[in-house]
Amino acid sequence: MARRVGFAVDLSGCTGCKACQLACKDKHRLGPGVLWRRVVEVAGGGWERDGSTWRDASWTYYVSVACMHCDRPICVEVCPTKAMTKGEDGIVTVDSERCMGCRYCEWACPYGAPQFDAASGVVTKCDLCSDHLAVGRDPACVEACPMRVLAVEDLEVGGSRGADTFPLPPSDLTEPRTRLAPHRDVGRAAIGPSRIGNEEEL
Amino acid sequence: MRIRTCCPAHNCGGRCLLVATVEDGVIVRLEADDRRDDDLAMPRLVACARGRAYLQRQYHPDRLTHPQRRVGKRGEGRFERISWDEALDVAAAEIRRVRETYGHGALFVPYGTGAYSNTNGSHLARRLFNLSGGCLGIENTYSWACTNRATPTVYGTRITGNQRQDQVNSRYILMWGWNPAEMIDGTNSAWFVKQARERGARVVCIDPRKTLSAVGLADEWVPIRPGTDVAMLTAMAHVLLDEDLVDRDFVRTHCVGFDAATMPAGAAGEESYEDYVLGRRDGVEKTPAWAEAITGVPRETIRRIAREYASAGPAMLVQGYGMQRRAYGEQVVRAGCVLAAITGNVGIPGGSASGLGLPAPDGGSRWLGFPTGENPYGTAIPVAAWTEAVLRGHALGREDGVLGRDRLETDVKLIYAVASNCLIDQHMNVNRSARILADEGLVEFLIVQDQFLTPTARFADLLLPACTAFETYGIQDGWKFGDELLFMPQLVEPLGESKSDYAICSGIAERLGIGEAYTEGRDERQWVDRILELYRDRFPDLPDVDAFEASNAGVHTRPIDEPAVAFADFRKDPEAHPLDTPSGKVEIFSKTLFDLGRPDEIPAVPKYVEEWESPFGEEARRFPLQALGSHSLSRVHSSHANNPWLQEAFPQRVFVNPVDAEARGIRDGDPVRVFNDRGRLVIPCRLTNRIRPGVVDIPQGAWWAPDADGTDRGGNVNVLTTERLTPFAHGPAAHTCMVEIERERP
Repeated sequence: MARRVGFAVDLSGCTGCKACQLACKDKHRLGPGVLWRRVVEVAGGGWERDGSTWRDASWTYYVSVACMHCDRPICVEVCPTKAMTKGEDGIVTVDSERCMGCRYCEWACPYGAPQFDAASGVVTKCDLCSDHLAVGRDPACVEACPMRVLAVEDLEVGGSRGADTFPLPPSDLTEPRTRLAPHRDVGRAAIGPSRIGNEEEL
Repeated sequence: MRIRTCCPAHNCGGRCLLVATVEDGVIVRLEADDRRDDDLAMPRLVACARGRAYLQRQYHPDRLTHPQRRVGKRGEGRFERISWDEALDVAAAEIRRVRETYGHGALFVPYGTGAYSNTNGSHLARRLFNLSGGCLGIENTYSWACTNRATPTVYGTRITGNQRQDQVNSRYILMWGWNPAEMIDGTNSAWFVKQARERGARVVCIDPRKTLSAVGLADEWVPIRPGTDVAMLTAMAHVLLDEDLVDRDFVRTHCVGFDAATMPAGAAGEESYEDYVLGRRDGVEKTPAWAEAITGVPRETIRRIAREYASAGPAMLVQGYGMQRRAYGEQVVRAGCVLAAITGNVGIPGGSASGLGLPAPDGGSRWLGFPTGENPYGTAIPVAAWTEAVLRGHALGREDGVLGRDRLETDVKLIYAVASNCLIDQHMNVNRSARILADEGLVEFLIVQDQFLTPTARFADLLLPACTAFETYGIQDGWKFGDELLFMPQLVEPLGESKSDYAICSGIAERLGIGEAYTEGRDERQWVDRILELYRDRFPDLPDVDAFEASNAGVHTRPIDEPAVAFADFRKDPEAHPLDTPSGKVEIFSKTLFDLGRPDEIPAVPKYVEEWESPFGEEARRFPLQALGSHSLSRVHSSHANNPWLQEAFPQRVFVNPVDAEARGIRDGDPVRVFNDRGRLVIPCRLTNRIRPGVVDIPQGAWWAPDADGTDRGGNVNVLTTERLTPFAHGPAAHTCMVEIERERP
């Protein structure tokens, strides 16, 4: 029986080093501006004056994001050419022969997973390194993690955890298949407004 | 074909395994260490972003592919193509001419770590000169000059670290300015901290920046004003005294100079460390309140950290290197060592003596195995004193750190820079260095051998194209810790006419009449075999080059099952196993430093010395912000500065706290001018809470790109930094740097 896998990240030990992002680019030979996996810096709070000094009341954590291989993949729903499909194994893939580059999926996906490649004129995306999975290897990003906090796990429908962690959108939109263990600052992010601290890198 | 090799790490703090896929003579993919086993004794060597982006450097369109000779003025960057024969003839002729005109002391090979694979790198030029009468040598480093010198003043050695596998025995880890997640400091050093934390250690990061280590490894970040770490360390000692947390037994039996009762011979009645902390002589008690005003760290935080560190059980105080590249960088090293000693964390599992921390039992990595030989000229200067050796070599003496003779005989007249961007980008005060190099009456001939037209290479008279480490055979030693050797088979042919540094230097050696002596008849692969032989005492089962290559192992590792603990014998019996210090004990008070007679700059006990540029000085009126040049994952020093994938991942920005930005009307992303009297640069800013107010960060290593007006548009922090060196180690003080910023108006 095919595995039904999703990415799991232990945010408590993620340093935001982007080895996963670069490994993905190397494996899939992605051009400039195309990032199937991205590392988002979550920033919030600020500095408060305290007499003669400043006190840090800010928070920071990193979330490495790729395709969530959702159980209700909105990219599949909106694709007018049926280029985007979810396979038996749960992996959402795009058929570049069928894709006409309309970019509806890119617009619809709340995770930024489908990435338009200007050079080829079609949408590209994470395929969970299914060639690796087929031979018992982990995806390139997982193999690349120097902190060993990124993994693929067998996740049954409804088995996701932490999928509503900021900056991720409400998980009931698409039922993402992922498991995130919290960073110590995730709780603080829940009590005040957070923002993305590295927008230009995404 | 999938071939295991080592990341061409330049001088990154890691040495990682990569798996290269080679198709039709081209490397098309670089994958992570693919070994399945991954445990504490022998963890996988997983490369960071830089290793994974390497192909963008390897096949960069700007690679140098043929020898060139300068046309036009020096520094203009205009060159014409010449043949290898002509290039090597010119190099040999100029070396001969300068040697005969000025003597061996006029020849100089600067510090350079742009290649580090034994058959590539600056040491190839060192061997060349060492076999032909010598040249002005270098000693110490840009990176850790102060800790190299100051750590032995306390412990008599630089080997003060337990092997990293021991960290899981620690209950408390103070990452003091230490940032293993970005600077790396040994492959897996960040991962070892994570292992300790998972086993219950509390991890606290003290740093002006909330580094990636502070975010991903620590339980708490304590932001501190740069250059004031000694004040906090001293106030922590005050808390220990105040609350009776000093390990009195260890101090009495293993240390000198803590108090009046433990002063070393010949120093009775002098100011002890306790005297200094309690302010008995200077009238200033170094309380947490005193330190709060200096460091910006709340007094209750200082008190709490001191208590935690002293009572948690075995605790590690791990020092970073940035804080010792500062005005009086020797002091922070000594103060950290002293705190480790008086809490009894020396010589025990889970503890740390602090300081440089080369690993027990033997100091770890040998860095390079290629035999450079002894320098027969026998004279050396601190690496960062090269500008002075050019400008006023005749006047440079022992007081400037000159070793081997009282005064230099000559100014430096020929520089042969191999794999070195230290003449421009990586040396302090770039505008000054550029003026010095542009004057053809000073350095009469400059040979630069590199893979790219770096800002240093733009000043070359002769430009020699080196191949990358993937294009020849090489070998690399596990950085700092030396737990493994990584073999680099030649993956592809050198690009264009480029050659290994070894091959180029061999060509010059031949023309200097020492070809045979230089090569000993070996090619690069045979040298790797020879180096493997030289390492066999450390790794008895090390294969020879044929077996290494045939196995496609890529790495030979010595698993660390029982990690060594530095000073364990000394701890058990200080009489039988004395330290290599004058007293045989931990020198909290150093009689050697006392005898220098410079108590204001080189005190006998570690002291907080206000920096020559600081927020507390007159200069802060015009330049109120402290500028740091952090180590970013975007580059290894200045290598990879032109790598598009890394620029995309980590764009070069000046990082500013919103508090400072708001006061100046600066918004996120604005182009910002950073300036002081030494120089100015303009790059976009990033507003971030991850830096303390009053501090800005311009990650070091970006390539200098001056516009017509002399403003650097590349974002090289060294246009702002000072060439002034530290008083004892003669090390760089680049991070002691006051600046102002303003929004750049179009």
